[in-house]
Amino acid sequence: MTPGRAFLDLLRRDLLLAMRRRSELANPMLFFVMVIVLFPLGVGAEPQLLEQMSAGVVWVAALLAALLTLDSIFRSDFEDGTLEQILIGAHPVPMLVLAKVIAHWLVTGLPLLLVAPVLATFLGMNPDAIGVLMLSLLLGTPVLSLIGSIGVALTVGLRRGGVILSLLVLPLYVPVLIFGAAAVDAAASGMPVTGQMYIMAAFLVLAVTLAPLAAAAALRISLS
Amino acid sequence: MNIFTKWFHRLGSPPWFYRVSGKLIPWMSLLCAALIIYGLYAGLVVAPPDYQQGDSFRIIYIHVPAALLSMFIYVVMAVAGGISLIWRMKMADVVLISSAPIGAVFTVIALATGSLWGKPMWGTWWTWDARLTSELLLLFLYLGIIALHNAVEDRQSAARAVSVLALVGVVNIPIIHYSVVWWNTLHQGATIMRLDGPAIDESMRWPLFAMIAAFYLYYFIVLMLRARGEVLNRESRSRWVRELVAGD
Amino acid sequence: MAEFFHMGGYAFYVWTSFGLTAFLLAGLVVWASQAHKRELARISRRLRREKRSV
Repeated sequence: MTPGRAFLDLLRRDLLLAMRRRSELANPMLFFVMVIVLFPLGVGAEPQLLEQMSAGVVWVAALLAALLTLDSIFRSDFEDGTLEQILIGAHPVPMLVLAKVIAHWLVTGLPLLLVAPVLATFLGMNPDAIGVLMLSLLLGTPVLSLIGSIGVALTVGLRRGGVILSLLVLPLYVPVLIFGAAAVDAAASGMPVTGQMYIMAAFLVLAVTLAPLAAAAALRISLS
Repeated sequence: MNIFTKWFHRLGSPPWFYRVSGKLIPWMSLLCAALIIYGLYAGLVVAPPDYQQGDSFRIIYIHVPAALLSMFIYVVMAVAGGISLIWRMKMADVVLISSAPIGAVFTVIALATGSLWGKPMWGTWWTWDARLTSELLLLFLYLGIIALHNAVEDRQSAARAVSVLALVGVVNIPIIHYSVVWWNTLHQGATIMRLDGPAIDESMRWPLFAMIAAFYLYYFIVLMLRARGEVLNRESRSRWVRELVAGD
Repeated sequence: MAEFFHMGGYAFYVWTSFGLTAFLLAGLVVWASQAHKRELARISRRLRREKRSV
């Protein structure tokens, strides 16, 4: 079997497995919605305040939703031994890790893009900015999954790894958050966003090339 | 084997490290103490108060060295992590895990003194200034390493895991730092913590250098102290340790 | 002398900074050397036990 074939097969398998638990698919979206709804309840519904916060709030919510679902990248495969098989198998582990992360993103990150515009409108975001919001999430949420996969790979063998996972991953998420939210804010003020977008794209390229390598190394350590 | 590889492998030998560190620590401690005494005297007593900040500027003598060390130590940990993963060197593991608490303490000191400096200057205990925010994230990176090392049960796996984490962290630190600097210019602009002002006066400069050097020495001293304990722990069943302890 | 301690009105900030730092750095040294001593004690205890049981 060629590596490319293995990659696609693993991707398809993970997607199939996710589809079988269709009820769980909505969880990240629901969490995303709930976090965003909590903000007006917490800070008051003053429209101007909410609009100012909207970019940051949507982005923080996306970040938290990503964090919540990270565990599922490797958890079930770890428990049933598939992960070990991947590690001792013939195909390059980073490539297979990438397949799993892409599957994860398609199932947890991409759906956020569907509800984001609605939620942004609830927060009174400037309509001009919503397109940029979508683009920033499109570029940024894969990065969240990729960087997150490193953290999960390091903690998958631990009993209460979830607690540490946030500590490990959140500092690494900060640049994505900063530039993602800033891009949306800039768009809302009518300013150019090309700089921020290029940086987000650069993060994505960097993450796609390096994160699978780090995650593969971490998996080997966790399963040793 | 040329001289560098010979040195490299010597450094990686626990008994060699233990012996040499035992001899180095007293001398380095003396030097460190001397530098601190000079630094404190010259900085607290001799240097005149700043015309803008009054006597509160003296916090610089702790804040700047602590911040520098907090970053230096993380880089050391990342290098140690790389060496550990590539050459499977036990001493590298020891250096990494012994350095983490020291680096975390320096980060806390940098944050606390930054806060204490900021309060009289800007009236608030915390400012989301670029450097302080970066330091805060650096603290989380340190705590992550310490937490991960404690959570993994097998010592060797723990060492490798934190090595990977330290390397991932060090790649991200410049990215995080510049992101935060950029973010800060967006949202605050005005509050720049002018630690290194336009021109630091002579009388202020030398105590600062002394304190910086003293802090570096302090790090190496405490690193060696911690590492000696770690080495004994890891090598407790080996012959050189038995001979060492029995000989006392 | 009193002026020195007063630090131009910033006494609290300056002395807390220096004091906290001194406390933390001294604490690290103590912790590191205690850990080392504990290891030595643990190893020598074990060596004595092994010698007795021979």
